[in-house]
Amino acid sequence: MSTASGVNATAPQSAPANLPRRRFVNILLGTGLLASAASFLYPILRYLVPPKLPDLAGDAVLAARVPEMKPNTAKTFRFGTRPGLLVETATGEYRAMSATCTHLGCTVQYRPDLREIWCACHNGMYDLNGRNISGPPPRPLEAFEVQVRGDDIFVRRKQEA
Amino acid sequence: MNRVRGLVTWRRRAGLVLAALLVCSGLMVFAQTKNSCLDCHSNLPEPLGVSAETYSQNIHAQKGLTCAACHGGDASADDPEKAMSRAAGWKGKINRKQIPELCASCHADAERMKKYNPGLRVDQFQQYKTSVHGMKWAKDDGKVAVCTDCHGVHDLRAPSDPRSTVHPTNIATTCSHCHADAEYMKPYGIKTDQFANYEQSVHHDAMVVRGDLSAPTCTTCHGNHGATPPGVANVTAVCSNCHVFQAQLFETSQHKDVFATMGLPGCVTCHSNHAIKHPTDEMIGTGPKAVCTNCHIVGDAGATQAEAMHNQLTELAAAIAASDELLGRAERQGMEVSQAKLQAAQARDALLKARVTVHAFRDSELKRDTDAGLAVTRQTHAAGEKAMEEWKFRRVGLGLSVVAIAIVLVGLGLYIRNLEQK
Amino acid sequence: MASPANSIRQWLDERFPLDDLKALAQKKKVPLHRYSYWYFLGGMTLFLFGVQALTGALLLMYYRPGADEAFESVQFIMTQVQFGWLVRSVHSWSANLLVFMAFAHLFSVLFLRSYRKPRELTWVSGILLLFLMLGFGFSGYLLPWNTLSYFATKVGTEIPAQIPIIGRPVLLFLRGGEDITGSTLTRLYGFHVAILPAVATLLIGLHLALIQWFGMSVPPGIEAEWQTRPERKREIRFFPNFVLRELMAWYVALGLLGALAALFPWSLGVKADPFASAPAGIKPEWYFLAMFQTLKLIPAKLLGMDGEMLGILTFGVIGAVALLLPFLDQEKPFNTRRWIPGLACVFLGYMTVMTVYGWVAK
Repeated sequence: MSTASGVNATAPQSAPANLPRRRFVNILLGTGLLASAASFLYPILRYLVPPKLPDLAGDAVLAARVPEMKPNTAKTFRFGTRPGLLVETATGEYRAMSATCTHLGCTVQYRPDLREIWCACHNGMYDLNGRNISGPPPRPLEAFEVQVRGDDIFVRRKQEA
Repeated sequence: MNRVRGLVTWRRRAGLVLAALLVCSGLMVFAQTKNSCLDCHSNLPEPLGVSAETYSQNIHAQKGLTCAACHGGDASADDPEKAMSRAAGWKGKINRKQIPELCASCHADAERMKKYNPGLRVDQFQQYKTSVHGMKWAKDDGKVAVCTDCHGVHDLRAPSDPRSTVHPTNIATTCSHCHADAEYMKPYGIKTDQFANYEQSVHHDAMVVRGDLSAPTCTTCHGNHGATPPGVANVTAVCSNCHVFQAQLFETSQHKDVFATMGLPGCVTCHSNHAIKHPTDEMIGTGPKAVCTNCHIVGDAGATQAEAMHNQLTELAAAIAASDELLGRAERQGMEVSQAKLQAAQARDALLKARVTVHAFRDSELKRDTDAGLAVTRQTHAAGEKAMEEWKFRRVGLGLSVVAIAIVLVGLGLYIRNLEQK
Repeated sequence: MASPANSIRQWLDERFPLDDLKALAQKKKVPLHRYSYWYFLGGMTLFLFGVQALTGALLLMYYRPGADEAFESVQFIMTQVQFGWLVRSVHSWSANLLVFMAFAHLFSVLFLRSYRKPRELTWVSGILLLFLMLGFGFSGYLLPWNTLSYFATKVGTEIPAQIPIIGRPVLLFLRGGEDITGSTLTRLYGFHVAILPAVATLLIGLHLALIQWFGMSVPPGIEAEWQTRPERKREIRFFPNFVLRELMAWYVALGLLGALAALFPWSLGVKADPFASAPAGIKPEWYFLAMFQTLKLIPAKLLGMDGEMLGILTFGVIGAVALLLPFLDQEKPFNTRRWIPGLACVFLGYMTVMTVYGWVAK
């Protein structure tokens, strides 16, 4: 530490010759403090502003809205890191399941003409409960729970009792 | 008078009890199905020896059938003379030629089989007679396969048992006992490399390594009891049982009629029959590993289309690889790219679909699929670049704040110096 | 004449003894000698704790405790919230730096013998604060609810379970049940954001008050020298001279934290799956590694008693010795004073070696 003499100093203020230098230092320090404060405050203020994306309501995912679904149609949505399939049956019921085919992982689709779920890769077929009914798939598609709240259709993993 | 009547009824009662005991013990004997043959034969050396343990694995034994069911004789008799008497129908060692008819004596009898398993087929012998094995057997060929050669004999298990010689995972090995034996197959003039080839195939890999029982083995394409190699015209029908789309597309392609005219066996022409290796994009086009140049000459219409298709596939594959690499790099640098990675799966689906569409052998059709995939990779690549941009932004931001901090440090240092130079 | 600053000052002056406070502040001095640099460590620890409090409060805006939401909320912070990655990474890095600094401060105070009379209670409150910081680290580590944190907590709560009699109740208390579940998360969350901060605030207040009351300690050798040669004594004012220097140190720390957060952002990991088996080579954070590694090396049975239990009891004894160090530092009837620096060196060496060993071991 530099030899400071804060206690013992009784000498008067420095000579005017140092004034421009002192001012320079003060300005430098002030600028630095302001700039660094800004670099801390800017991220914090941006952080406090809530992001635009809709957040998670529990682990339920907003799959679709009621007006965009029609009977005998389906929609692929993102469920976690994998695709999910939301089907509105001809009778207006909603079914949701994993859209990853259990054979080799292709994304399945809904066939309105067959009223079944079909995998284009090797012709695997599943019924509307996700059960594998024909073709190579060895296991059913994982079925999800559907909850309709107002106009929003939420999908989440089946809750074990 | 009463004493006599009392005696009569006492005897009757005793007689009833005795009869009941006899019946019960008789029933007990019946339930255990006494198999006296094993008493001696379980201790005898080969070839007469059959251990009780081996026989207990036999599905017939488990259903209550004794040795006598096939060999005749009296399995309840302890005396070998009685047990193995011709009078009791004892046949001794069954002649090879007689085996199919012996088995069929039960297995072709619907009424009898219904009692054991109503779901079992009863036409195996009928089918056998139409097969190559069956037809040769009918002409007294003693080398050809009969029932026991494939199913085993004393340790014969149900086909659903993984240890059975005819369980799907074991069938190829069972067939290879003869069909891979060059010496044995010499009189027939057919190749013996099928098993070796099959072992290299993707079907073998699926069945034996991955345990996928839906994968084909010898009997899937050749049939089991009515085993016959599929005719040239029928090969496509066999493959199309699973590979539906490829077959449908092939039917719409120019190759269908051309192959038929040239007597080429459909799918096997390009993919081989037993050594069906995992197909690669290199099979299409005019490159060193391509199969198209087996018929096409570079520059002709077909070869040109083949080249175009090859380029489309490799372009999409390369775009996917590039996008994956970029996303991987971004992720390793701490950026979150899970949404883009999910989308990338769609591009991979498109490539998978394109590799099926290839079988239409029209590059215009293939282009639809590859273009769809490329649209996705463009998006995922853009997402990856955005992530890298963000990463750069962070470094720039860090740089700026470090500069600001450095200014403060210098400023403070000077300020302190000023303060203390009084 | 009545500038805004002056009118405010006057307003305050009419209500509070501003001049007295100013005089008090001017009086505070910091001794200058060849060990004076070590005086920075305490303030640095306090500063880092402040960073934790600020970033922690910010994280509270978006974090959701609960097994089905915690991981996703941290993912949300890292990916969707503007500069969320920065706040979270600074929080995680600063936590590690804070524990390191707390230990550095402890050892500097120990070797400079600042715990001597009359500063015994300052030392005791400091040791308690160290335990609190370790508690903060342990409870906070579970909050992201990823594989590492789940299993680290599992292993970490099993260790105190070895203590005889109270071990199992302690385990149930920490876990909120038999296993690590959402209840554990909620419980440790409560500790991390409410209970521990409240206690820490009180203890820090006490610690600082005691420091103000007793002034800065001077190492015995220097003190003796200054007594014989008073003209050698050097001091600087706390306000503004020492404070400005400390500000420089804090700015360096800020820069370091920013660099670490930007260049090595804290990883998200994989969401915890209680049914999956523990990944190979699971180990706790570095400040628990020495304990962890020691327990791994202790043989199953030692002197006829359960090895792990012996290890834990030893840690307990060491903790008690640390807490009561000022009272164990004596010259009469036994000269324990001579042994303390040596033992502390051995202990420090052992901790360092064990930490490194634990780090590189598979």
